Amino acid sequence: MALDKPYLDVPGTTIFDAEQSRKGYGLNQFCMSLMKADNRARFKANERAYLDEWQMTEEQKQAVLARDLNGCIRTGGNIYFLAKIGATDGKSFQQMAGSMTGMSEDEYRAMMVGGGRSVEGNRFIGEDGSAQAHRQPQGQAGKA
Amino acid sequence: MARITASVYTSHVPAIGAAIDMEKTQEPYWQPLFKGYEFSKQWMKDNTPDVIFLVFNDHATAFSLDMIPTFAIGTAAQYTPADEGWGPRPVPVVQGHPELAAHIAQSVIQQDFDLTIINKMDVDHGLTVPLSLMCGQPSAWPCPVIPFAVNVVQYPVPSGQRCFNLGKAIAKAVKSFDADLNIHIWGTGGMSHQLQGPRAGLINKEFDNAFLDQLIADPASLAQKPHIDYVREAGSEGIELVMWLIARGAMSDVNEGKTLPKVAHRFYHVPASNTAVGHLILENT
Repeated sequence: MALDKPYLDVPGTTIFDAEQSRKGYGLNQFCMSLMKADNRARFKANERAYLDEWQMTEEQKQAVLARDLNGCIRTGGNIYFLAKIGATDGKSFQQMAGSMTGMSEDEYRAMMVGGGRSVEGNRFIGEDGSAQAHRQPQGQAGKA
Repeated sequence: MARITASVYTSHVPAIGAAIDMEKTQEPYWQPLFKGYEFSKQWMKDNTPDVIFLVFNDHATAFSLDMIPTFAIGTAAQYTPADEGWGPRPVPVVQGHPELAAHIAQSVIQQDFDLTIINKMDVDHGLTVPLSLMCGQPSAWPCPVIPFAVNVVQYPVPSGQRCFNLGKAIAKAVKSFDADLNIHIWGTGGMSHQLQGPRAGLINKEFDNAFLDQLIADPASLAQKPHIDYVREAGSEGIELVMWLIARGAMSDVNEGKTLPKVAHRFYHVPASNTAVGHLILENT
């Protein structure tokens, strides 16, 4: 019998539920390891070798190497765990969140200072808001 | 006997902690936010409690994916500020209140809430940023703190109704503690924000202000709001707001049929990094 997951029709959003958590265990535990300075140094010295120490899929490893946070989240990553990669790279939470929209850092920051992203058109998949699939990437990158 | 005299609600955005620690509070970007907490810092000095019961969530700091408890209470003597990847915040070690915490654990579990008891935990920005906002930069925090961690990271998270009922159970537990203690209960996290995916950066001022209105005036109805409403309207991380219902459920109007609490302070600001910041101080009448 299907489980109750009413959040699957929210655009541009992946809810980290028990199923995603199961898929992302190795990926998220790799991220967790970066809370130790020694591990951060070893990861920076040879990212691929460090990733190969973890039970992760090739898709997850490639997403980490490319710093493709949307890819990490799709394959089971959780943003609070993925934030440890950003900390290792010296990135702020705002830089990380912004990277998932396709906007430049300045564009994303300006959107937040301007009051953030509107919920209008972004409640349900199929509307026409800025987070909808047909409007990616956002910002100048989407106008090229 | 111990009694809850007030509740405090505030967002706990990590960038706020960084702004305080790096002395950026007077920069134009941050100045309006910190101005909203000037009243609160004075209020804390004038109304310092004996213990703060601080409801927060861990952000992949103390709890890895090895295990995440839904509700966990700290019974340790002290808690060290965590290194979340940027190095630990330069803030005081948090002193606990093991006797009261153990008493609350015993009572609340007997009221059918399955709490995990924690004797060792580093505390992240979810706990230390609210303390900084309310207390400034002292060499020691003004009183002991009981950390109470709620899972709002891995879905399904507890419902608003369950959180509200838990607040009632905590109020009952506090009332049965024999020492004469003045206790504040804090609910932290929120308000609207989304940190992931193409919808990152979502802010919903209408939702947030309606939430504040209803939290003050009609929390029992607010507790019935389903998860999906938070996700859809306030962003995937806006779900942290269910933690505010734990603090609200512990107030005396809910438990003793008294009149609504006094709104000592209310503040709302957008943005702090990716997040809308909301703040309330409610006093039992």
